[in-house]
Amino acid sequence: MIQNLRLSSSPHVKDPTTTRRIMLLVIAALVPSAAASILFFGYYSGILMLTGTISAIAAEAIAEILRKRGLKSLTDGSAALTGLLLSFNLPASVPIWVPVIGAFVSIWFGKMVFGGLGHNIFNPALIGRAFLVAAYPTLMTASWISPVLTNSTASGFINDKLRTNIESVVSSEELDAMTSATPLGLLKDARRVLSNPASTDLQKDKARGSIQTLYSWETIKNMFLGNTGGSLGETSALLLLIGGLFLCALKIVNWRMPFSFIGVVFILTWLIGGTNGFFSGNPFFSVVSGGLMLGAFFMATDMVTSPMTDKGQILFGLCAGFLVVIIRTYGGYPEGVCYSILIMNAFTPLIDRFIRPKKFGIQEVK
Amino acid sequence: MRKLTFKGGIHPPEKKELSENESIIEFPVRPEISVPLLQQLGAPSKPLVKKGDPVKKGQMIGEAQGFISANVHSPVSGKVKDVDYTNHPVTGRGISVTILTESNNTPTSDDYFKAEDPEKLSPQEIADIAKNSGIVGMGGASFPTHVKLIPPKGKNYESLILNGAECEPYLTADYRLMLEKPEKILLGAKLMMKACLAKKTFIAIESNKPEAVREWEKLTSGEDWIELKVMKTKYPQGAEKQLINAITGKEVPSGGLPVDVGVLVQNVGTAAALYDAVYSGEPLIKRVTTVTGAVKRRANLLVPVGTYVSDIIEFLGGYLGEPGKVIFGGPMMGVSQRTDGVPVIKSTSGILVLSKTESTEKPQTNCIRCSRCVTVCPIGLMPYEIAARSETGDLETAGSVGALDCIECGSCSFICPARRDLVQLIRLAKNKIIAKKKRGAQK
Ligand code: SF4
Ligand code: SF4
Repeated sequence: MIQNLRLSSSPHVKDPTTTRRIMLLVIAALVPSAAASILFFGYYSGILMLTGTISAIAAEAIAEILRKRGLKSLTDGSAALTGLLLSFNLPASVPIWVPVIGAFVSIWFGKMVFGGLGHNIFNPALIGRAFLVAAYPTLMTASWISPVLTNSTASGFINDKLRTNIESVVSSEELDAMTSATPLGLLKDARRVLSNPASTDLQKDKARGSIQTLYSWETIKNMFLGNTGGSLGETSALLLLIGGLFLCALKIVNWRMPFSFIGVVFILTWLIGGTNGFFSGNPFFSVVSGGLMLGAFFMATDMVTSPMTDKGQILFGLCAGFLVVIIRTYGGYPEGVCYSILIMNAFTPLIDRFIRPKKFGIQEVK
Repeated sequence: MRKLTFKGGIHPPEKKELSENESIIEFPVRPEISVPLLQQLGAPSKPLVKKGDPVKKGQMIGEAQGFISANVHSPVSGKVKDVDYTNHPVTGRGISVTILTESNNTPTSDDYFKAEDPEKLSPQEIADIAKNSGIVGMGGASFPTHVKLIPPKGKNYESLILNGAECEPYLTADYRLMLEKPEKILLGAKLMMKACLAKKTFIAIESNKPEAVREWEKLTSGEDWIELKVMKTKYPQGAEKQLINAITGKEVPSGGLPVDVGVLVQNVGTAAALYDAVYSGEPLIKRVTTVTGAVKRRANLLVPVGTYVSDIIEFLGGYLGEPGKVIFGGPMMGVSQRTDGVPVIKSTSGILVLSKTESTEKPQTNCIRCSRCVTVCPIGLMPYEIAARSETGDLETAGSVGALDCIECGSCSFICPARRDLVQLIRLAKNKIIAKKKRGAQK
């Protein structure tokens, strides 16, 4: 007779998927985009991403030591993922200390103060990014222009015609600084010129010309493939899409979130995003530009900070998409993905409170 | 045929291949057996024998006490060694009648009450035989069958569902029974249908048992009282509420019973047991159980109730390597045992041995709100939430978000990437809430 066998609660078998495996798969899905950004922006961007990732792990380690909880949580891979996602949000030319600060803010103020993994309300990477944008606005936006314009291998996007258009807009229009050369930034500038009553006809013509160029298939194709200005990880919509769909197929990402998110941006931009009344926006431009792909597939879908149910995920996606279009069209920033997601993060507990799965056995008796 | 199913659920590795081709073999009676007096859900039965008494095979040794209880019979002829607390596979400790088998263990059927003409039995007579024979649900829950057979006043059964889904991984006892003793199940089902006055019988088999499906297609073709339903292979397909939902489209109301939607669910093994009781007069004293996992030989055995697991393992050549866990039932809902010195009881659908390495578990980590548990819960609960409430002791909220509706299927714990012991926490909350209600009722 054998005594002292192991006693435990059922079930006695478990699915092989662990938290760690999920985090590592998300990181794996980001690798192609990371590689592309090294290709487009040069090896320095690789150093930035590595720095961000390592800093995030270090930040978590320090916090765990201070909380006297041991370093076990480091192995789950979530800190590394946060660090990498944060780096994806940086322009390629920022100094090396920027991802370090961003990662520490992300981990400490985005995650650890709430009690660690699973307890945070906001997406930690976006907290880090929001902090950096607020603290170092020039570094975080203006510097986007340099890698694209100076790096000959990546000059595909800003074609000559567009460049003359930008220059004429900038030089004649007394904007305090030419803020950015991301496609969305250019669009915003052109819109500003158009809506400014002081603009001359010539300026307006040039602005319209810019919009036309931005909305051309050539530009959209470049943006889709990754030949465009922007932050590190945002460049190639295509690669992000592939990585994102890979996660959807593995059910790590609930496809309802990115599809509703991107779908709303597509339709709403088409409807109100143009300058010639309704239905003059370019929906294709809107979905491949800026951080939308990254945000919709990798940021909004962060498990900890998004709703629990399918319906909740759709609602989150729809609202976030709506906010993105509003910010892009009417707001002060050219891009609004980061803030839209952060705003919706705040609503997640509320969504989960009211949108629940249908409980078995409470259907009306017929 | 369209495969029926329910919402939610999981796909654990099936592992049926380990034992599905082993024909049922009759396990020899051992020199000593120990028959617990609690074999069912509800109250333990009252011992009718004492130390030193001689007993005959089939003799009643424990009498049902209270409404939800069942008679217990001696599976062997011999002498009572003791009536005392021993290891119990479900409750840990419980009163058992330990019997020393006599060497000339010849079956005596003097006590067996054989129905003269089974075709002519009235519903009440059938229920009485079930009661006298100590028949309980053999799928694992072990609810006394006679209590369920006759519908409570004001309610009635529309249909009878024979549960042959056997959705627990590893287990193949019902499958072998459906292949080897289909006529017993068929006739047993007929008796049940007669007793419960249902108009139609369905037999539900999961699609991962194609041979059983083929066999039963043959058996049911041309019969208009019984129909075969092929179920999608998914856990917990065989859970009562999920099965009813898949076949009839009805949902057993929260807090209600299957009879509320006019359905009676019985395990195929129970139907075979009723057949034995009616046609040969043999009470429920043995059952088919699957012995599988880390044992030298895997088998589907017809074991006398009360046989020690250690004897069974020895019969099968011993453990394969060092055993980590011995589980009564399947891996999803089975109960792990501290020792193999426990007896098989009427509800033991399987004995699963897991090796040392299979028995080590990863530590729990923080919930990452991945929503997997929500997706798989067949009851539509948010398991992470109930578990969190259970942890903080907030029973009120745990109850209001559905703790009592949990069927303890374990799907949530199975899928959780953070390895949280969700069912355990939910079960805890559930038990506390029920205990509190009882206390409130007594005041
Ligand atoms: S909460 Fe209960 S019913 Fe739902 S999956 Fe978990 S154990 Fe099953
Ligand atoms: S499956 Fe586990 S980690 Fe995921 S939400 Fe449920 S409890 Fe949390």
